[in-house]
Amino acid sequence: MGRYLGRKLLIYLLTFFFAVTIDWLIPRLMPGNPVDTMIARMALRADVAEVLRSYYIRAFQLDLPLWQQYLNFWIALFRGDLGVSTWLFPQPVIAVIYRAVPYDLLLLLPAILLSWIAGNQVGAMAARVRWLDNTILPLGYILTATPYMWLALLLAWALGHVAGLFPIAGAYSFNIRPHLSWLFIQDLLWHWFLPFTSLFLVMFGGWAIGMRNMIIYELEADYSRYLEALGAPQRLIRKYAFRNAMLPQITGLALQLGAIVAGALATEIVFAYPGTGYLILQAVQNQDYFLLQGCFLFIITGVLLANFIIDIIYALVDPRTRLGMTGE
Amino acid sequence: MGLRVENLRVYYRTLRGYVRALEGATFSVADGEIMGLAGESGCGKTTLGHSLIYLKPPMTYIEGRVFLDGREVPIWDMKRMNEFRFRRISIIPQYAMNALNPTRKIGRMIAELLAAHNVDFNEILPELKRRLDLVQLSHDVLNMYPIELSGGMRQRVVMVISTLLNPSLLIADEITSALDVSTQKAVCEMIVEFRNRGFVRSTIFITHDISILYQIADTIAVMYAGQMAEKAPTEVILRSPRHPYTRMLIASLPRVGARYRQERLHGIPGAPPRLLDPPPGCRFRDRCPVAFERCQETPPFVEVEPGHFIACWREI
Repeated sequence: MGRYLGRKLLIYLLTFFFAVTIDWLIPRLMPGNPVDTMIARMALRADVAEVLRSYYIRAFQLDLPLWQQYLNFWIALFRGDLGVSTWLFPQPVIAVIYRAVPYDLLLLLPAILLSWIAGNQVGAMAARVRWLDNTILPLGYILTATPYMWLALLLAWALGHVAGLFPIAGAYSFNIRPHLSWLFIQDLLWHWFLPFTSLFLVMFGGWAIGMRNMIIYELEADYSRYLEALGAPQRLIRKYAFRNAMLPQITGLALQLGAIVAGALATEIVFAYPGTGYLILQAVQNQDYFLLQGCFLFIITGVLLANFIIDIIYALVDPRTRLGMTGE
Repeated sequence: MGLRVENLRVYYRTLRGYVRALEGATFSVADGEIMGLAGESGCGKTTLGHSLIYLKPPMTYIEGRVFLDGREVPIWDMKRMNEFRFRRISIIPQYAMNALNPTRKIGRMIAELLAAHNVDFNEILPELKRRLDLVQLSHDVLNMYPIELSGGMRQRVVMVISTLLNPSLLIADEITSALDVSTQKAVCEMIVEFRNRGFVRSTIFITHDISILYQIADTIAVMYAGQMAEKAPTEVILRSPRHPYTRMLIASLPRVGARYRQERLHGIPGAPPRLLDPPPGCRFRDRCPVAFERCQETPPFVEVEPGHFIACWREI
């Protein structure tokens, strides 16, 4: 168990290193630079603009050779310094992301966990109830093939625009200040419903189909047939099948996390939900290297951390991994 | 008392029609008898074994009755059979090495299976341990996962589980097929030992290896293309078989000491008929050297001497 986790940890650290390097590199490969965008926004006289420009270039250390910028970036990272946002100058990137993170968690955690749990339960039921199988299976295939963004647009149009049941932008109404009261929580949930639903539905389809197929496979497995031949009740056989079918679903969750987060970003953009996805869009449009870097760093860390947690859970529920006999 | 099977007919439902895998089997297995069930692949021996405990689609019950210890066994009813399974009729499956749930500790799996049959695990635990000793397994296996055991150990665990409730009938389905000869011997000895100690009363030992049956079986039943060909005490089948198929089958066995460089091994020319659309009458007719007109009709399975049954028009 210790060796297993140690090896996993090493792999994750390596992944982190490469991911962060790419994260640092990509904004710098974009045409243009953040200072020009910032200066252009200020609409200054040409000579003043030039002075300010050279000042900012030095302030953001964009005049240093790339390798030195890269080194400085790592040093600052270890100090917990992600730089200053050029878009929201002079706010530090950390503070900007810190404001957005609660909304990401509010959206992602329930959507991922609830869709996974509900998908597994419904999928397992579909494996033994004919009418459910005939409805859930095609529905699941359609849902899981739907791009997150498209379903989000569809829901925003149908339930928000046409039916007028839900707001289609923001995390709370403009006339309310965030504070702890029933009024605010109600408003928050009301705004949260559509983005959550669009994420939930797409993921739900995938999990339900996966679980249905796995259960059918497990019920045909030799251990199921043996139990059946020895007159074990269906309840026990299904319990075993469900438990074993969960294992690939856990792996699937780990594999899907990246795609889910990407989908969530698109969803946040559609609903102008003030999470990281929305920040990324703004950062790209404003050539804000530092904010873009910070957002991706946050996502990388989140996904890797979640994967690591899933690895631990997997080792706990599957004795084959725990006993180190699968050559993992 | 033992087992009595009357005119059992079990087909497989397929898209192209019924595959007539078991056609009117009639035989009995006495208390304490180990009956070897031999025949080539696809002759219906596994179908026969499974239909007695676990007749699941695409297997389809057509007709026939089964009595165990004088009580009728409702083999066509999956639900009512649960009361017979494990307690009265048990099976060691062909896939015994993979028959255990990979993510449950063996002891816990046994406990859960027993609980489903209203048997208290702790009450039976001493007996379970004695039987593990008998098959030379440590008591620790109860606290292990199947993956921690070798294939042979897993098979022995399954043998112990299957016979734990002292069933009247044990079906051992090709349990020696995937084993090396020394393990085969050990497994066979266990089957005999289980019978001698009264863990099981009657045993049907399904195999295609007649030489194994010679070691352990009291009687041998030979099947051909879904029909019973001959059943007799082991010595009789091997020394003086009377059905033409059995005779050719026994004659084709390699003899100890014979040099096959000079004398080629003999097989039976031809191939068994397709069971989707078998010819009427005796199914061995086309390959039989002594076939005559009467063989167009299906021969009955009759007792020509005490304990010796044959389905052949030439012999009755």
